[in-house]
Order: sequence, then structure tokens, then C-alpha cells
Amino acid sequence: MAKLRSASELKKFRKDILAGRDPARPCVTLCLGTGCLACGGEQVHRAFIDEIARQGLVGKVDVRRTGCHGFCERGPLAVVFPREICYLKVTAADVPEIVSETLVHDRIVERLLYQGDDGKKIVHENEIPFYKHQSRVILGANRLIDPNRIEDYIALGGYSALAKALFVMTPEEVLDEVKRSGLRGRGGAGFPTGKKWETTRDAHGETKYVVVNADEGDPGAYMNRSVLEGNPHSVIEGLIIGAYAIGARHGYVYVRQEYPLAVANLTVALEQARDLGLLGDNILGSDYCFDVAVHRGAGAFVSGESSALMAAIEGRVGEPRPKYVRTAISGLWGKPTNLNNVETWANVPAIINRGADWFGDIGTAGSKGTKIFSLVGKVKNTGLVEVPMGTPLRRIIYDIGGGISSGKEFKAVQTGGPSGGCLPAAHLDLPVDFEALERAGSMMGSGGMIVMDEGTCMVDTARYFVQFLSEESCGKCVPCREGLKRMLRILTGICAGRGRPGDIDLLEELGEVMSEASLCALGTTAANPLLSTLRYFRDEYEAHIQEKRCPAGACKELIRYHIVPEKCQACMICARSCPAAAISGAKGQVHVIDQSKCTKCGVCLEVCPSRFAAVAKISGKPVPAPVAAGTRIQGKK
Amino acid sequence: METIQLEIDGKKVEAERGTTLLQAARKAGIEIPTLCHDDRLAPFGACRLCLVEIDRGGRKRLVASCAYEVEDGLVVKTVTEKIVKIRRMIVELLLAEATTGPLEVLAEKYGLKGSRFKGDEPACFLCGLCVRYCAEVKKKDITCFIGRGIGREVAFPSDLARSACPLCRECLPLCPSGAWYSLYLKGYEGMPEEAGPRPGA
Ligand SMILES: Cc1cc2nc3c(=O)[nH]c(=O)nc-3n(C[C@H](O)[C@H](O)[C@H](O)COP(=O)(O)O)c2cc1C
Ligand code: FES
Repeated sequence: MAKLRSASELKKFRKDILAGRDPARPCVTLCLGTGCLACGGEQVHRAFIDEIARQGLVGKVDVRRTGCHGFCERGPLAVVFPREICYLKVTAADVPEIVSETLVHDRIVERLLYQGDDGKKIVHENEIPFYKHQSRVILGANRLIDPNRIEDYIALGGYSALAKALFVMTPEEVLDEVKRSGLRGRGGAGFPTGKKWETTRDAHGETKYVVVNADEGDPGAYMNRSVLEGNPHSVIEGLIIGAYAIGARHGYVYVRQEYPLAVANLTVALEQARDLGLLGDNILGSDYCFDVAVHRGAGAFVSGESSALMAAIEGRVGEPRPKYVRTAISGLWGKPTNLNNVETWANVPAIINRGADWFGDIGTAGSKGTKIFSLVGKVKNTGLVEVPMGTPLRRIIYDIGGGISSGKEFKAVQTGGPSGGCLPAAHLDLPVDFEALERAGSMMGSGGMIVMDEGTCMVDTARYFVQFLSEESCGKCVPCREGLKRMLRILTGICAGRGRPGDIDLLEELGEVMSEASLCALGTTAANPLLSTLRYFRDEYEAHIQEKRCPAGACKELIRYHIVPEKCQACMICARSCPAAAISGAKGQVHVIDQSKCTKCGVCLEVCPSRFAAVAKISGKPVPAPVAAGTRIQGKK
Repeated sequence: METIQLEIDGKKVEAERGTTLLQAARKAGIEIPTLCHDDRLAPFGACRLCLVEIDRGGRKRLVASCAYEVEDGLVVKTVTEKIVKIRRMIVELLLAEATTGPLEVLAEKYGLKGSRFKGDEPACFLCGLCVRYCAEVKKKDITCFIGRGIGREVAFPSDLARSACPLCRECLPLCPSGAWYSLYLKGYEGMPEEAGPRPGA
């Protein structure tokens, strides 16, 4: 590929790509993101290649591998262009039919379409409720791009924002545009991006760095991963524009080792950008020079913290530093360094192309633009969701997420990652933005969203996150390390029925000290899971401590299974299914659970036919004395 | 060196730019408790006992005085109700791990009779004085931190590092918890006599 030496050469390059494409030619785009790959996406891709060859269609139809489309619950996904027919849960066995019906005859394979609760089939992706309520400014391009082909990105107008920044705008104007847009960091703290850029720009010294934070350490979160895997150029383009505004000549992308596909796609993207003269010396023929290196981090959750991340890039231990100097002023090797999250950078090209006013029209007064959430847990449509800031939780969980998957009632939604908080049903109409979440005792974090139903114990939830943090902190400062250690022990005790009066006060006291005294933001936010569950679900803590009762019936040590003699029909199903052989009884005789053998796996409750419903889960009350062996059942109903 | 003025506990204090609040306070005769600080070593900021309140134009904030550099006109309080509460809790947390000299003094100072947390056995506070002294003053790296979170420990990275130990034993008295002494003894078990006298021998 020859280097592009001006904005007009880039324009011409794009025109040539578009001219070489026949918009009427069928193209299957296959999602090969994390979720779809795990569900056999690769086999589906193979099947398409083979089937297209078998039916003699090579050169007549295209297959495009893309990144995550977001609707991971129904993957693997295939969208057939030009009509944008969306097929869900596609298997290799479905492929011959898709090829002969849709690709050859332009007919729809009904059974692979989305079917709504009302039974109606939906053909187009953007009419499916999961997508209909979203605004996919960042994620929308994923379905149109093969991340290993820079042409796909350029065809969509990619790198035109860079050209605009370099040739139409001064660095000051770029900075001003980002400042005016109101963009705030997507990595957790929501710091105004333009202001941060300005600090580094104005900081003393010639050498400056820009860094992409792709550490994404939150369990269950994969927003950043999907952007890097599916549309790496959007991040690279944003980074170059930011570097230009700041006056940096070197950049780093810090990606976690556990994201090999993101690393691979990013590496290819950087090479292709370099080949086209979009990176390196004299970008697009201008006198601006900038290049990027990839750093693979094998770090803990704490390595995502800015000073820890920079220490890791320098080759030191990834620990937050104690000094009170911002990395924007003294970061990598003591030089001013601007760090932003993947999603923050990916917003930049759109802001430059469409303007600060366009961006500022999306969202709320204090939080502009869209935000990507990874919606997981007890929700029907798990996946990646991108909505305008200020979208109510209810819209995300019910309209997009399809509501609770288990048939139980909604209980809480955990936002903000491990140091976020849990919000109860009373907050379902909360508009999701930085301020509202924080006021409610939670936080935006990087966009994790875990939906919990009635069967989830909130004490156990707090315990889970406290455990995660106690293992993933650096362990350096006393309030965080010892505080988490003690908090974990107390919470584990409460869940196991060893809670004592005074535990709640002690937990609160600990939480307060951790929040005030810890060295870095991991420690100062580490008490959030505890404090937010105490704020909204204090009665659950009290039930565990005072009555030894787990209201959700989730804490194993606090529950017992019991077969109600009056209901048991002696069908033997539970006795045969019990993996611990803890259930005695024979035909005609009431079954009894031997409490000393019971492992509380709950299989008996699951398998007992619902018309009998003879197995009861008991918590906080003694188990009724077992009936005498051989007791006959009461007459069949 | 530029001299600047600040106020600590109502006292006008002069300090040199680039020094820390802790140094300025100590020079003015104001005592701030510390466990992980040593004048010979770079600020570490781990024990958080040295937290003080700074006031900059009405915005109050707690900072570790061992790591925070002096600023002109800064108003500092080294004792507030909140600070005492925090220090008390930190001492109580550590008391569960060990009850050695410096901690005993602090427990007494903050009126602690014991700890509400139960400890297992005398444990290291991970103040890192031994590790950092060896690295920064002696320019050796005989020990290091391994693990993270609640699994963090002081350890010998390798036998090679251990055999390079000059056995100066200067790190031993630095330890505020007493744990280093036993680890040290364990670490040098079986060391050949020609390596010099064993500590504690
Ligand atoms: C414990 C901890 C972990 C963090 N992990 C991440 C992370 O995985 N990704 C990220 O972008 N920011 C993370 N952050 C926030 C970063 O420190 C930093 O604020 C952010 O990368 C700045 O980018 P932004 O302004 O675009 O949000 C973390 C912070 C803390 C305290
Ligand atoms: S002396 Fe300042 S944190 Fe330990």
C-alpha cells in the first residue's frame, strides 16, 4: 500500500474503495466477537466459506468477519446485506439454507429471525427491541467492519476526522472542540476529557505521552474489549487526534494479556495505519509525527489505576504511587502523560467530525454522549448496550434487556464494577448518568451492569465483591488491605450464620476509614459494595445476624431443605436425584432428608414435580422433626 | 533552596520547597505518628497513620503527610476528630497482627485496650522498611514483595538473592512488627558458616 500524503489522497482512496463495491451484492457479516466465538462462530464462518464454494458463488457474494454486534445472548449472529436481514443463533447446519435461500434467492429463512414475545418475527436488526432503544454511536460500526481491513473503516469515513484535525484545525481548536463537547472519561471517574488534555498540553516539558487504558479489569465487563476487537481504528484515530491536540509524539496502548484477539486486531490495525501513512512520520503528508506501541499487561484489577498502569509500562511493579502529583503532569518516566479509557478515545473522531454541539445534544446536563454497558446477570438479553447518558435503568433492563430471565422479581442492579454499588427497584427510574448514580450511592465505573433477582442475597453479593477486591488490590496500604481482609471475614461470618450484634457497626466503621484513608481510588471506593447494600438492604444483614435467616435463600449455611410430609407423594424422583444420597423413603412412604448428609445443592427442590411442590427451603426457622421411618403418604390428590 | 511559609496546627512554619509536610511538622516540633516512614527512604505512604488535613481555600482533604510536599500558604491540621478515628482504627487493625513496641505505644496513645479483630499469629505489617532499606540504602535487593492484595508478603525472590545478603543486619531493628526477625532467621537456616555469623546467633 502506498502512503497517503494528503487529505485529498485519503478522500480519493475512500472513493476508490466505494467505487469498487457493488451495494447490491449480497454480503453476510458474521459476528466473531467474544460471545459469538464462544458459541461456535468460527464453525459458522467456515461453513459459509465452504457452502459458498460448493454452490459456485465465489466472487458473487461476500463474507465479512466482524467484531461484536452486542446481542451476545442470541449469538452467533449473521446479518445479510443489502437487506440487513438479521439471523440469530446461527449454526453451521443452518448455513446451506441461508446461502441458497437468502444469498441466491433473496428469500428469508423465517425460523432464524428474532421472534418477539407477541410471536411476531422481526427481520431487521435495528427493529429488534434490544437494538431499537439503543444509540450506537461507538458500537454501531462494528457490524460493518472487518477489523483486519482498514479499507472497511475508511469506507465509513474513517480517518476523515484526523484529516480535518490536521489540516483544518489547530491543536487548540481540537482541544477546544473536545472541551466544549463535554466529553467525560469513560474509565470510571468521569473526569472532563478536554480539561485533562489541557493539563498535559500545558505541562512543562517537550516530551509528552498519550496512553489508552484497555486494562478492563472488572469481572464480566467487555465493553473495551469489543471496541478494540471490533473497531480498533476508531480508538487509534481518536488517540492520534488527542496526541495532536496535546502535542505528544508517542503513545501506548495498555491492553490486558487476557485479550489476545484485541491485541492481534490492534496490532494489525496499527500496521495498516502505518502502511497508509496515518501513523508515523509526517502523517497524511503533514509535519505532524506520532506513533504507538502496544504494551501487554498481565496485571491485577489495580493495574488499571493510572499511576499503577504507568509504572507497569515502565517495567516496574503495577502499584499506585503515594505521591500527590497527577500523571497528567508527571506520568510515564516523569513526563506529562494523558491517559484515557478506550471508549473515551473512540468518542473523539465522532466529536471532531460531527462537532461539539452534536455531541452535547446527546445526554444530560452534566453527562454528555452515549455510554456502553455490559448488561449481564439475571436479564433475558445479556449483551453490550449503548444508550444516551440519562437513559433510565428501567429502559436498559426491561426494554433493552427484556426483563428478568428467571421468572423471579427484580431485586437490584449492580453498576460501576467491583467498587460500584447495588441499587434497588425503587431506583429503576433513575436516569443513568455520572451524577445520578453517585447520588444514589453507586457509580458509573466503566459500565458494568449486573442484574440480580430475588434469589440473590445482598450480603453475599457484598461479600463477593469484597473478596474480589481483597485479592485484586495491590496490598500496599493498611486501610485497604487490612480493612478488606477484616471486612471479608466479617461478611463471610454473617453469610455462614456466625454474625454477631455489632458487626454492622464495625463494618460501617471500617468502610468509613477505608474510604477516607486509603492510598488510591481502589481503597477509597472498596467499601461501596458494602455501604450501598447496607443502605438499601440493611434488613437482610439484620435477618442474617439476628435470625440466622437468609431472606433470599441463597446462603448455604443458613438454609435447610425439608420434605413436607403432607405434600410428599413418594414418587422417588428426589431420592433418586440426590447426589449425596441423603433422602430416604420408598414407594408409598414419605421421603425424609437426612440433614447431616444434605449438601444443600437444591436438586430435590428443582426436581420435585411442581404439582406436588413438596420440598421446602427453610431459613431462620428450625426444620420440623423428621417423620418416623416408614410413615405412609397421605392419599394421592 | 526556596523557603516557603505554611501553617501547621495554628503555628507558622517555614519549610524548604520539595520537603514533605511530615518533615516540616517534625522540624517545628509537632509529632505525627508514622510506621512506614524513614527519613533515609523515599516516601511509601502505606501505613496511612501520618494522615493530616489540608485546607486549600476552604477545600479540605486528608493526605499522607509523609508523601505530600509543602505548599505556600497551606493550612494543615495534624489532629482532628476524624484523623484520630482513622488512626485508632489503623492501630486496631494492626494490633490484631502483632503487639510489639511501637504499636504498644500507639495503642496506649489512642486508648486501645485490645483489638476487635482476631489475629492468627504475629504477622508482618508490610511497611516495607526492610525491603526498601536494603534496596535504597544498601543498594541490594535481597528481599521483595510477592503476591498482591491480602496475599502480599515479604520474601526472598531467590536463593541467589539470599546468598548475596551481606548480613549487615541493619534491616532487623527497622521492623515494627517483629515478623521480619523470624522470617530472616528462617531464611538463613542452613546457610553455610563461611557466609559469616548468622543473625541472632
Ligand atoms: C483500581 C482501579 C482500577 C481501574 N481500572 C481501570 C480500567 O480497567 N480501565 C480504565 O479505563 N480505567 C480504569 N481506572 C481509572 C483510571 O485510573 C483512569 O482514571 C482512567 O483510565 C482515565 O481515563 P478516562 O478519563 O478516559 O476515564 C481504574 C481506577 C482504579 C482506581
Ligand atoms: S508514614 Fe505516611 S503512610 Fe506510613
